[in-house]
Amino acid sequence: MIKDYFLLPLKEIKHRKLRSFLTLFGIIIGITAVISLITLGQGLQNAIAKQFTTLGTDKLIISAKGNVLNVGLSIDAVKITTDDIKVIQKTPGVKNTAAMIYSSPRVEFNDNPRYFYVMGISTKDEERTLIEEAHSYKLLKGRSLQPTDNSKAVLGYEFLQKELFNKEIELSDTILLADTEFKVVGFYDRTGNPVHDKSLVIPLKRYQELFNKSDEVGMIIAQTQAGENPSLIADKITKELRKSRYLKEGKEDFSIETPEQLASTFSTILDIMQIVLIGIACISLLVGGIGIMNTMYTAVLQRTKEIGVMKALGAQNYQIMSLFLIESGFYGLGGGIIGVILGIFIAKFAEYSLTLYLGPSFLSVEINIFLIIGTLLFSFIIGCISGLAPAIRASKLNPVQSLRYE
Amino acid sequence: MDKNISHHKKVLLHFKDVWKTYLMGEQPLHVLKNINVEIYQGDFTAILGPSGSGKSTLMNLVGILDVPSKGSIYLDGHDISKLSETELAKIRGKKLGFIFQQFNLIPTLTALENVILPTIFQNMSEPSRLEKSQKMLAKVGLADRMHHKPTELSGGQQQRVAIARALMNNPEIILADEPTGNLDSHSGRQIMEMLLNLHSQEHKTIILVTHDTHLVQHVERTISLKDGEIVDIKTKQITHK
Repeated sequence: MIKDYFLLPLKEIKHRKLRSFLTLFGIIIGITAVISLITLGQGLQNAIAKQFTTLGTDKLIISAKGNVLNVGLSIDAVKITTDDIKVIQKTPGVKNTAAMIYSSPRVEFNDNPRYFYVMGISTKDEERTLIEEAHSYKLLKGRSLQPTDNSKAVLGYEFLQKELFNKEIELSDTILLADTEFKVVGFYDRTGNPVHDKSLVIPLKRYQELFNKSDEVGMIIAQTQAGENPSLIADKITKELRKSRYLKEGKEDFSIETPEQLASTFSTILDIMQIVLIGIACISLLVGGIGIMNTMYTAVLQRTKEIGVMKALGAQNYQIMSLFLIESGFYGLGGGIIGVILGIFIAKFAEYSLTLYLGPSFLSVEINIFLIIGTLLFSFIIGCISGLAPAIRASKLNPVQSLRYE
Repeated sequence: MDKNISHHKKVLLHFKDVWKTYLMGEQPLHVLKNINVEIYQGDFTAILGPSGSGKSTLMNLVGILDVPSKGSIYLDGHDISKLSETELAKIRGKKLGFIFQQFNLIPTLTALENVILPTIFQNMSEPSRLEKSQKMLAKVGLADRMHHKPTELSGGQQQRVAIARALMNNPEIILADEPTGNLDSHSGRQIMEMLLNLHSQEHKTIILVTHDTHLVQHVERTISLKDGEIVDIKTKQITHK
């Protein structure tokens, strides 16, 4: 009966609770790490994909090359300027363009200096709307920036919280941005993106003056006309920019990407990070496997006489081997079950903490049933593989010598 | 030698020119020397001899836990000396029942589970093996101790569980290796009575290995060993109560 081959090893494991529990540790740590990393990684990828897709599929992002990770941060020698905006705007198929630039200067309020992202954006109605849409910004209080605004700022949702400066910022309050006074004219609603919710938005021109950027912009968002293929428009813009920037084909110092492309770039980076981390977690699984092997060798030694008795009772070698293999498989599976529960708990706890800190909808951890089943199967197999050598040894024991073993 | 061979009985086991030799370093050590003996179906045979006489080795060969270095052993007319490990295990499971001096019950299993154990290796169906094991335990007087672990049973009770276990696959031969060696005299008597009853009532072939000459008073046939050789075979008529 197959059932007996599972029940007998379970009784052995139950009989030696402490040793069994200690044996599981390596596998528990490994599986916990694997499950929490994969679950969190997946959640993070979904969050990033969501953030990028909110930009909309009809938008192109033009930035200086090599600037993918710091979209909008003007730290490279290669610059995108207002001249480029004009070139893009003239390209057939482009409906609208908007420029913006980021950095994280000192922001002071209530005598508390802190560092936040400051975003300089075009203030023309259409352009501003395009940027606000791309960032999921919706006005909560006050008003948006207007073309006539100079030292005015609209703040992200988090600035309404007391925690940032030990005091709530209110409309018409004055904040110091790079030692210059700005009047708060509005607040955006919560976007769910922690960076956007903690950003200050000021007019692009004022930003350029303040940070001595003259006509430089960090990135340009181009909206394509309805019915146009964004990839083809991207090719056209590339051609035009190449011409205006006197560049040869293949030597472009700028990049044009769709939100999907940007998301996939981030995904690739996340994937690599995940593979490295899971690789490290697998070392723990290896250690866990060796732990199981050690326990099983000890078990074979301790139960040598029992093996002899079973052989005298008519047990065949494969039957003895199955009993020990299943026992070691159970060690793997037990570690796997506890590891999966802990892994999900950690991932959920991380989700809860991030939601508490960064707001809802940023990271949503989804429990993947296939991942759980796969992991449990994997841990059972690790157990079996670790127990293979001891099980073979047990099955090949000489019955006479085993019965004499004390 | 065998002074009163029961020629009318069927030969169950036949040892023909059997030697068992171990190498001690480079020196061969002959533990059994040229054993020629027959065990008859339905006999109660005792293998008697002092420690070191080779009786345990002979017992291992009878129980086909081991194979001879030289010679042949025939079980039911088939030479088992050349069989594979798997075939030997199958025969052990079907034809032999073991009772050991140290009981050798599995400590993690209850009395009932210990009795069921041999049937697991024979793939007996679950309802029939449960019924049979309960019947066997009742037969050895342990119906009320079925769910006790070996550590919760006395020596005599453990040996009775072992007898029930030995009977589960309805073997032709019961091998008892010093079955009373670890028991007090009262329990020892009980176990011997059980073995005698199995022989007289169920006509089981029983082979008892012992060094205790008192135990063999009620045994039909005694094979005496000394220094690896059979020195005497006695057969007597026993009238069972």
